[in-house]
Amino acid sequence: MNFLDIISSLLLFAGTFFAFSGAVGLFRFPDFFTRVHAASLTDSIAAILMIAGLLLQTSFDLNTAKLIFILVFLLITSPTASHALAKSARHGGLLLFTEKPTKQGGTNQDD
Amino acid sequence: MIEWIDLILLGMLALTALRVIFLKDLFAVVMLFGIYSFLSALVFIVLDAVDVAFTEAAVGAGISTVLMLGTLALTGRTEKENTHSKLLPILVVSVTGAALIYGTLDMPPFGNPDNPIHQHVAPRYIEDSPKEVGLPNMVTSVLASYRGFDTLGETVVVFSAAIGVLALLGIRREEDNNTPESGFKEHRVLQIVAKITIPLVILFALYVQFHGDFGPGGGFQAGVIAAAAFILYGLVFGLAKSMAVISPMFLRYMAASGVLLYAGVGLFSMMQGGNFLDYNLLASDPVAGQHYGILIIELGVGITVFAVMLTIFYAFASQTERSNIQ
Amino acid sequence: MTTIFAAAAIAILVVMAMALTRAFTAPTVYDRILGVNMFGTKTVLFIAVIGYLMGRPDFLDIAIVYALINFVGMVAVLRYFEYTAPIE
Repeated sequence: MNFLDIISSLLLFAGTFFAFSGAVGLFRFPDFFTRVHAASLTDSIAAILMIAGLLLQTSFDLNTAKLIFILVFLLITSPTASHALAKSARHGGLLLFTEKPTKQGGTNQDD
Repeated sequence: MIEWIDLILLGMLALTALRVIFLKDLFAVVMLFGIYSFLSALVFIVLDAVDVAFTEAAVGAGISTVLMLGTLALTGRTEKENTHSKLLPILVVSVTGAALIYGTLDMPPFGNPDNPIHQHVAPRYIEDSPKEVGLPNMVTSVLASYRGFDTLGETVVVFSAAIGVLALLGIRREEDNNTPESGFKEHRVLQIVAKITIPLVILFALYVQFHGDFGPGGGFQAGVIAAAAFILYGLVFGLAKSMAVISPMFLRYMAASGVLLYAGVGLFSMMQGGNFLDYNLLASDPVAGQHYGILIIELGVGITVFAVMLTIFYAFASQTERSNIQ
Repeated sequence: MTTIFAAAAIAILVVMAMALTRAFTAPTVYDRILGVNMFGTKTVLFIAVIGYLMGRPDFLDIAIVYALINFVGMVAVLRYFEYTAPIE
């Protein structure tokens, strides 16, 4: 196991750690907006770390370009999706856990 | 190791299917169907069937989800209460299931190299296709050259799907200009990001189209991916703008011309004195002829699939917008 | 290195299973969408890792398709959500 392999496994480990913590946050945070926060932040950092770990295993060929393409694409689209989702949720009447439901409606739960 | 991953994925697949059955909210059902397609594509990947996984991920998870969502917008979100007796369906399902399990008892063992399927046709393709066709991706050689007739048939099936949808639904265009602005007016971020990503998606579609000879991919997948780019445009900016970019009439010509291009290669090879779709005669060197033939017919497949997918999306989305504007 | 890749693949599978559980048992429909989205992005990473685990880097093409289709699917879900309207 050479130097690059060690760095790459450390990056992969850190990536899975953040991915896992995001998944835990999906269950444990009190309202939808904090859950979006947990999911989207860890999504980005896990993608960066894990793809960086894989990049160290390539030898500057087409696969390097594809990995960078995946990284760029994920870094553009994943926060956008989270943003649009949070915006729709706010629009659809979901409240922060600190807010109380008012007369205009709004809820922390549906279905 | 790989077997464990296989088992976990299959378990997740089964759980998703079970969850779908017990959900009443059809919106959630559609999303879980998307996950189901992704999971089955993952199973295909682990089984090393990369081209199949490609198609499943693009068509099953992408286009069908969009079309099912469009249907839901037209029909409503909750499942109707089932009033029929449940005994007969259970009987039919258990009898069919028992018959299928009984049938698998006669099947040869999984992955055994002595199985009939590994004895008959496959060795011929594996040994001779590098000499006869010369493409690194054997799936493309089989699909486009050895089984060219089948692929022509599939392309015609895709084409007739578009005819069927157009005959049933049609594409309604709002003639007057004062129809409400559709699309996400407030989602400014989404619009800008869509503008950045659409060129990347089209670029990737072109890569899949022309790299299909060397790696996974080909006309079917490329057509679907390119259609996904325009579907994204239509979803974010509204159908009217999308139709201004590519009009439904133009798409009809495109769909037909793809099939014609494919069949034209066959007719051309007949005029050269060979059989229908005999690519060897397209150039002086048979292997070069095979390359030209595969390139052209994959292009025909890609054009047809792109046009048909986009046509079907237009048909569904125009109905949705119309019924919700009124 | 193979063991590292295998461990990473298993760890992402666990995260995917958790996201799937979230999509199954979400309190609101938005949580469900969030779970599905997280499942999709983790799947992209899973395919990339498993491509290196099996020594088949051409799996990366499929990872790209996943990332792309996941985004289109998300946009479609949000778009049609306007029409089918929340239950309240």
